[in-house]
Amino acid sequence: MSDNEVSMKVNGSTVSAKLDSRTLLVHFLREHLNLTGTHVGCDTSQCGACTVHVNGIPAKSCSIFAVQLENAEVTTIEGVANGNDLHPMQKAFRDNHGLQCGYCTPGMIMQAIDIARRYDKPTEHEIRHELEGNLCRCTGYHNIVKSVKAGVKAIHDT
Amino acid sequence: MFEFEYHRPESIEAAVKILKDIREGQPLAGGMSLVPTMKLRLSEPRELVDLNAIADLRGIYREGDNLVIGAMTRHTEVAKSEIVLDAIPAIAQLAGGIGDPLCRNRGTIGGSVAFNDPVADYPAGLIGLDAKIHTSERVIAADEFFDELYETALVKGELVTKIVFPLPEKAGWAKFSNLASRYAIVAVMVSISGGIARVAVTGAKNKVFRVSEMEARLNESFAADAIKDIKISPDGMNADIHADAKYRSNLVNVLAVRAVESASA
Repeated sequence: MSDNEVSMKVNGSTVSAKLDSRTLLVHFLREHLNLTGTHVGCDTSQCGACTVHVNGIPAKSCSIFAVQLENAEVTTIEGVANGNDLHPMQKAFRDNHGLQCGYCTPGMIMQAIDIARRYDKPTEHEIRHELEGNLCRCTGYHNIVKSVKAGVKAIHDT
Repeated sequence: MFEFEYHRPESIEAAVKILKDIREGQPLAGGMSLVPTMKLRLSEPRELVDLNAIADLRGIYREGDNLVIGAMTRHTEVAKSEIVLDAIPAIAQLAGGIGDPLCRNRGTIGGSVAFNDPVADYPAGLIGLDAKIHTSERVIAADEFFDELYETALVKGELVTKIVFPLPEKAGWAKFSNLASRYAIVAVMVSISGGIARVAVTGAKNKVFRVSEMEARLNESFAADAIKDIKISPDGMNADIHADAKYRSNLVNVLAVRAVESASA
């Protein structure tokens, strides 16, 4: 039960660990790797505050066991900036007041980065649909949608 | 969550061998239903058999007049697949409406089918399209596969490997979602092939059911007008804070009409 070895890449670096099979990816990231930008916001897999990329695809890290990810590549919010330069999506959230308490924000940004990969010019309706897995209690989503729209544009304009 | 042994087989044979050998093994597919229930201690498997490393369970392809979808294919993949959109767009629409985008990235058709949640979408989709469920042991028609509430025809150690959909002449899907959970309050899959119509309903009762009066009328005329005056009895329908039985019974009619209109569009 407790001696599952797993080796994966997190934000480009290989990490290996011996884990209880029950260790959720979100707990592995937060408690074993001290990557606390990924948040636990619910216990029903609904809120999306735990969103990371697994092999490039956004997933809820609260609902995946770390031991499932042998040889996988995980990207967290700590991994999207380029050195000291914010990722264009991060910059868009800052410039467009896309956060208040910031708890949902890493999850929003991880999903938004994937939206930018799949849409050239998403409509407001499409953005809201794509954010259905990320809940926010502060903003009413208005500025989050603005931020995503701006972030997608910035990404495609570069 | 209770402790469990974790297994990660790389082939269907290896997975079946583990599941047949151990006392109580639980397959893990997308995990979007299983893991939350484990976190809440609503389910307590002591042995987890992860299917995510089995490449043979993935894939979407046409095989003559059939659309084949591997059991470990993610909902997102089905929703955007050019092959599915070309063959049976109603299935892409169904897959694209399951849960939220993040759940769709992990959730699988095989997991949904094996779990048979009474308000899930795929069971109605499969029955509505007369699909065949291929397992590690046999082929089961959708009409015979789904029982009540989380029960299916699968025996211990039997894995869903792929779903085979015969291409219908027309098919349409209509869903009225719970806005929070995005599960179906009621959803309907309608299809017609070789003059035989199917109307499969989820969300209204404890298991997917077909509406034979609607099917009979649609056999004669596959049009919304043919069924719009058919009222279904609310007896035995689910009732909760989201919708009572009468509301659901009305939704069956409304959604069946919309599904037929969508199929004919």
